[in-house]
Amino acid sequence: MTGTPLLAVEGLHAGYGRVSVLHGVSLSVAAGRIVAIVGPNGAGKTTLMGAVMGLLPRRGTVHFAGAEAGATEDLVAAGAVLVPETRALFTDMSVADNLLLGAWTRRRAGRSDRDAALGEVFALFPRLGERRHQRAATLSGGERQMLALGRALMARPRLLLLDEPSLGLAPRIVADIFRVLARLRAQGLAILLVEQNARAALAVADHAYVLELGTVVLHGEAAALAADARVAATYLGTGAPA
Amino acid sequence: MTPFVFLALLQDGLATGAIYLLLAVGLLIAFSVTRVIFVPQGDLLALATLTAAQLESGQVPGTLWVLDALAALALLLDLARLRGRMRWRALLPWALYPAAVTLAALFGPRAAPWFAKLLALGVITPLGPLIWRFAFRPVADAPVLTLLILATALHFVVAGVGMVAFGPDGASVAPLVAATLLLGPFAVSGQSLAILLCCAALVLALRFFFAATLTGRALRAAASDRLGARLVGIDAAGSGSRAFALAAFIAALSGILIGAATPIAYDAGFEIGLKGFVAAIIGGLASYPAAAAGAVLVGVLESLGSFWSSAYRDVIVFALLIPVLAWLSWRSRGAGGA
Repeated sequence: MTGTPLLAVEGLHAGYGRVSVLHGVSLSVAAGRIVAIVGPNGAGKTTLMGAVMGLLPRRGTVHFAGAEAGATEDLVAAGAVLVPETRALFTDMSVADNLLLGAWTRRRAGRSDRDAALGEVFALFPRLGERRHQRAATLSGGERQMLALGRALMARPRLLLLDEPSLGLAPRIVADIFRVLARLRAQGLAILLVEQNARAALAVADHAYVLELGTVVLHGEAAALAADARVAATYLGTGAPA
Repeated sequence: MTPFVFLALLQDGLATGAIYLLLAVGLLIAFSVTRVIFVPQGDLLALATLTAAQLESGQVPGTLWVLDALAALALLLDLARLRGRMRWRALLPWALYPAAVTLAALFGPRAAPWFAKLLALGVITPLGPLIWRFAFRPVADAPVLTLLILATALHFVVAGVGMVAFGPDGASVAPLVAATLLLGPFAVSGQSLAILLCCAALVLALRFFFAATLTGRALRAAASDRLGARLVGIDAAGSGSRAFALAAFIAALSGILIGAATPIAYDAGFEIGLKGFVAAIIGGLASYPAAAAGAVLVGVLESLGSFWSSAYRDVIVFALLIPVLAWLSWRSRGAGGA
C-alpha cells in the first residue's frame, strides 16, 4: 500500500443504545483494492458498515479520502456508497427510477453524465436494461442485488461498501456478482466487502480482516488467510479442526 | 327529497369532498415521508382563511409577524451552527423569502382579493417547514405515537396563535368566482366549480411533480425506503421539510377555497382536518386513489346527512370510520396470517 489509504478506520466503537458491539476496530482500504471482512454471525460486521457510513453513532476516527467522515449524505457525496444487506430498494418505483435516484448526489452534473452512468450500469447488468420499466418489487433476488449494485454505481463511487452481497442468492448468481466485483476493481474502484461466504470473499479479495465479537482477531493478505489453518477450519470448513 | 334538492346537495358535497381530498393528500404526503400525522394541518387551513380575510379588509395579519419571527429564529440557529463555515446558499431562503413576503404585504395592493389570496398562500406555506424544523426534526426518529402526541399538542399551539392573531370571530373571503351558472332550472355555483377545478389542477400538478421531476421522485424514495434514501444521499431533513411545505401549501389553498363558502373561525380547522383524516384512513394511510374516493364519500355523506338530520351530520361521517377500520384490520390480519 502506498500513500494514505482511501478509507482509514481507527479505534472504532459503535453499538445500539447501551449495547456496544464494536470494541476498537481499525482497518484500512487502499484505492482500487477489494478488502473482505469475514466472521461469524454477531461479530459486528453489519454494525461496522453502519458505523463507517454514519448510520449509527460512532466513537473513534473514520477518514475517507483524507477527510474526516461526516454525515451519511456527505459521505455518499464524497464517493463512499453502501449497499446494505436488505438492499433498501425503492420497491414501489421502477428500475429506471431507482437507478436515476442513485445519481442523486450528481444531479447537478447534467443529463449526459447521468445517461453515461446509466449506460455503464446496463452494460454491466443487461438484465436491468430489459426490466427498466418494471417495478423493483417484481424483480427476483438476483436482479434486486444487481439493481442495488447498479444504484450504488450511479453515484460514481470511489469506494463501495457491500454487506452480504451473496445473501439468499443461487450459487451461479453469486459467481456472477463476484465476477462483476473483480471487473469493478479493474476499473479502479475500491470495495469493502462483508461476507459470510468466506470462501468466495477470500477468493476475490486482496486483503482480509477476521472479525470476532467486535474486534479484529486476524488480518492479512487474502490468499495467506485462506491458507491459514485456523481460518480454514472455522470459516471454510476444510482442514483439520484446530 | 326532490331531484333538485338532491343535485344541490350533491354539488355541495362534491365541493367539500374536493377540499377533504386535498387535505387527505396533504396528510398522506406528510405521513409517508416523515411518519407524522399532521394534525395541525386543519389549523393552518383556518389561519389561511383568516389571513386572506384580514388582508382583503386592508389590514396586516398577525400571522405575517409569526412567520417573520420563526424564520428569523431559524436563521439565527443555522448561523450559530454553521459558524465559520459559510454556506450562504442554504441560509438565503430563511432571510430573503420572509422579507419579500413582508414587503409585499406592507406595500403591495393587499386589499385586492387575488393578491390577498396569493399572499395568504405565501404566508402560511412556509409555516409547514418551520413547524417541521422546530417541532419534528429534532425528534425525527421517535416512534409514530410520540410524533402523533407532538402533532396533537401543536394543534393547540397553532389554534392558539390563530386566537391571539385574529380573535374568536369567524371570517370569510371573497369567492374566486361570484357568478352562478344556470343549467335550465338548476343553479351551479361558480365557487363550487372553481373548487373542483383547483382541486383537479393541484392533483394533476402533484402527479407531474411525483412522477416526472427528480425532487418529486426523491420524496417518493424517502417515503418508499428511508434507509435507501439516505444511502443514495437524499438528506432526510430536507425531504421532511419539503413534505411539510407541500402539506402546508395544500392546507392554505384549501382554506382559501373553503373560506368563500363558509366563515371560518380560528378553531374550525380541526374538524375539517379530521374529515380529511377520515378520508386518508379510508385509503389505509397509503393509497392516494382510495383516499380520494373516501374524501368524495365523506363530502357527499356529510352534505346529505346535514339535510336529513343536521345534528347527526358529524356522527354519520365519523361512524364511517368504524367499519373501515374493521375492514382494514381484518384484511391486514388475513394477509399476515396467510
